[in-house]
Amino acid sequence: MEEHPKVQIKGIREGLLITLEEESWPEARAALLEHVKNQVDFLRGGRLILDIGNHVLRAADLGQLRDVLSENGLSLWAVLSGSPVTQQNAQTLGLATRITKPTPERSTSSLETALSGEQAVLVRRTLRSGFSLQHRGHVIVIGDVNPGSEIVAGGDVVVWGRLRGMVHAGAQGEEAAVVCALDLSPTQLRIAGQIAVTPKRRGKSQPEMARLIDGQVVAESWNPKGK
Amino acid sequence: MAAKVVTVTSGKGGVGKTTATANLASALAAENLKVVCIDADIGLRNLDVVLGLENRIVYDLVDVVEGRCRLRQAMIRDKRLPELYLIPAAQTRDKSAVSPSDMVRLCDELRPDYDWVLIDSPAGIERGFRNAIAPADLVIVITNPEVSAVRDADRIIGLIEAEEKGPARLIINRLKPTMVKREEMLSPDDVLELLAVELIGIVPEDENVTLSINRGVPIVLDGKSRAGLAFRNIAARLRGEPVPFLDFNDQGGLLGRLARLIRPGGA
Repeated sequence: MEEHPKVQIKGIREGLLITLEEESWPEARAALLEHVKNQVDFLRGGRLILDIGNHVLRAADLGQLRDVLSENGLSLWAVLSGSPVTQQNAQTLGLATRITKPTPERSTSSLETALSGEQAVLVRRTLRSGFSLQHRGHVIVIGDVNPGSEIVAGGDVVVWGRLRGMVHAGAQGEEAAVVCALDLSPTQLRIAGQIAVTPKRRGKSQPEMARLIDGQVVAESWNPKGK
Repeated sequence: MAAKVVTVTSGKGGVGKTTATANLASALAAENLKVVCIDADIGLRNLDVVLGLENRIVYDLVDVVEGRCRLRQAMIRDKRLPELYLIPAAQTRDKSAVSPSDMVRLCDELRPDYDWVLIDSPAGIERGFRNAIAPADLVIVITNPEVSAVRDADRIIGLIEAEEKGPARLIINRLKPTMVKREEMLSPDDVLELLAVELIGIVPEDENVTLSINRGVPIVLDGKSRAGLAFRNIAARLRGEPVPFLDFNDQGGLLGRLARLIRPGGA
């Protein structure tokens, strides 16, 4: 049988981990499908975890891929990706985006080369109920974060919009993490190990920043003229 | 003719998907447009009851998909509106009996011969929902001015965007203007601020709707009902007519006006 170095398959505890080379998505996809077709007897009935690197895929692409794979007797249950957009789209399709022991080398190595806590993702859309955005670095959202959605960040969270969902900054224990929003009214706000709920607001909303002061979550309004 | 396929969905149950589908279909058919409505809620069919056509069902959607009958055989002609047809859901099966591609194929078969195809989606975000939105050209999300319904509507709008069926349009159903005035109910502005989608209509709470459902006569056929008027306006907006939104601040009809007359008098 022909060798396909573009596609690597590894059996791990959670299923078959398939890693695709970093090339254009149509090529990567074609290589994967060819590989699956050639090894259909070996792979049939397998639970697939697909590591698609940093490709940005739409939910329709992922859904179509899942359908094609299932026609070949393979069930796709998880998609690993370095792209938060792809992760979100995978989540809307009910696919897992993390496996219990994430060992794909690409995602760890790319983070290690950057300074820890300096990486950020920018999401320019409204996070609706059910969406979950998780990132080891900082998270910046241009848009609203609606109730029922959640952001978990290793570093800071900045929302240029209304923040009404659940937000956890400094999720790995970083107590210096802050959360800023134009309208800071999260369902629940966590910084490192501390949890706070938004008090009932009196009057108009204004930009605020929340951080830990002496172990307490404190929100201070942003005032361009100073206090 | 090339029919436009419109799916009515909500996420949460009981907010008025079936009522809206039946009434929009009736309002469009009353304008002499050829309309087919499809009940995609397999296993929990309702649209036939709301339209008063329950006793005429012979074949259903699953029979069409599984090839037990031709499409036309499953289409029930409405007794009042000759241009209105219903394809009922099967009651003895479940959502897995139909696939999204079946729905696309079925609607494509209807498109050349009709003006509108309205699909009544089941509640939830699973298979039935995906079946219902697969063929849609336009998705209408219906919600009540309640926090729980709005939360589910938000989730559904996100899923519609992810399936690239957006942007969705919004109907706010069962609004009680007096409660909004007392700030006991979310106002349309509160709902729109969160959902950030285009509004296509607001339907006020109206007891006559319950009556109309029990009788199997859509409320749009009642010339006096405010809910009926609201649904007729939504149908007109679907057809592309700019219809101003109803003014609920002057609501309450004769009773409301009387109450306002009496109150300043010191009663």
